[in-house]
Amino acid sequence: MNLFNIIEEIEKIDPDFSDKVNPRRAAIKNITSFGSKVAMAAVPFAFGTMIKRAVAQTSTPSVVAILNYALTLEFLEAKFYANAVDKVGFIPANIHPYYQTIADDESKHVEFLINVIKSVGGTPVTSPSFDFSAGGGTGTGPLGNSVYTDLATFQKVAVAFEDTGVRAYKGQAENILANKTAAGADLYKTVLTAALSIHAVEARHASATRQLIGATPWIVSTTAKGNDTGVTLVDGNYDGEQNVIQGGVDVTTLKNSAGASTSVSVATAAFDEPLSMDAVLKLLVGTFIVK
Amino acid sequence: MKTESQESIAGANMARRSFLRYAGVGVASVGILAAASCTKDHPIVVSPTKGIDIGATGDLAILNYAYALEQLEAAFYTQVVLTPYSGIPDNEKTLLTAIRDHEILHREFFKAALGTNAIPALTVDFSTIDFTNRASVLGAAKAFEDTGVKAYDGAGYLIGGGAYLTLAGKIVSVEARHAALISNLITPGSFAASDQVDTNGLNASASIADVLKIANTYLKTKVSASNYSYVAA
Repeated sequence: MNLFNIIEEIEKIDPDFSDKVNPRRAAIKNITSFGSKVAMAAVPFAFGTMIKRAVAQTSTPSVVAILNYALTLEFLEAKFYANAVDKVGFIPANIHPYYQTIADDESKHVEFLINVIKSVGGTPVTSPSFDFSAGGGTGTGPLGNSVYTDLATFQKVAVAFEDTGVRAYKGQAENILANKTAAGADLYKTVLTAALSIHAVEARHASATRQLIGATPWIVSTTAKGNDTGVTLVDGNYDGEQNVIQGGVDVTTLKNSAGASTSVSVATAAFDEPLSMDAVLKLLVGTFIVK
Repeated sequence: MKTESQESIAGANMARRSFLRYAGVGVASVGILAAASCTKDHPIVVSPTKGIDIGATGDLAILNYAYALEQLEAAFYTQVVLTPYSGIPDNEKTLLTAIRDHEILHREFFKAALGTNAIPALTVDFSTIDFTNRASVLGAAKAFEDTGVKAYDGAGYLIGGGAYLTLAGKIVSVEARHAALISNLITPGSFAASDQVDTNGLNASASIADVLKIANTYLKTKVSASNYSYVAA
């Protein structure tokens, strides 16, 4: 219901949005993604043409649409953690404070975003319904009822949500920048800085949730696979994290402490990768978010 | 301790050219970008009193600001790994070594990206840090990481190019991952404590002036940002 609000909001600016969520049009959809731009840089003669195509095919969401998208993600995270920390005896006392801190932060993000959206004259979306079995509302998704009965499952889903949240905010930085003129310098500074500040807190959460499952606080990908959590269900959430090309530079060619080339594990851990709005919604809508 | 001296290797130069071609979207833009930092009014200068200035306002200055901070972090963790504090557990040494590797890569990335527009290698001053003492080292690490996160978050709005902004985003979240780990090593569960995260759940951010004031306490070569209202005392 509320997700329809956000999709409608995007469709006002970008009538093809629904089509773009269709995987058959992934090539067009991803034209504005960072990786594709880098690929384009490698083909200078095609560059101008493809930029024009990208501009023709994709519009920038408004500040309110971006903030409502963020709010939708925060609703998901807030509910996910609230269910867990409020379930007596589910999270052991020694680690409960970690998840309580995160639950509190996510609900603060919800309140903050609602206030910001109102302050810029927008209408905040209301919370969608969620299905933590990842069944899109059936309640019988691949996770069954394990998220709140099996601590390890809860902890792994938390990691995937946090790492995805980091990617989602990062993916909107350029869209916020594209609204700079329309928003004016002061509002732009406020909104971008707030988004970056939430992004950093999500990264702190990601680090902590990863530490709690004994993983590295940062994402260590291989050339073949972005996902380092061992949970194949969330491969899509990490796809692209294996990128080692930064600003056209293959960072594995840069020198490490010993003066040798840099390993893929260091190269992927040192840079987190963004994820587009389309990609994030495609991962979450119909699984955790009920359409 | 001195960071790696400036080198010019064919690989880095090639990398820089491809970076600028991409980032500037065309040769003409690169020319303009390069000229912005090399005008007679705003050269990147080394002054005996004010140290190094990051240069004229614009993306090159912000990239040099980031480069300065990454040089500082890389030098710090290089020393930490070279002379680990007494009684360091294996897992902490592994984690601090990984952070060193990330920071070195960040430094090398900015150096390659900036090429001839880069500020020189900075000489650090870690005389206030006791590298044999865990609390001293982790306290300094927390200061570096928290300051780094605040610096990127606070300077994001000054970045004009979308690709640069996303690159800053790619790095700042890794710095925040470091910051959360270091905080948890000092005080378990303090990964998003109120000293860094406000009542709205937002991470603190800081101006260039505030960040450089802190950074300069660890630098022999002072860094100034005269076009962003800060000149080293």
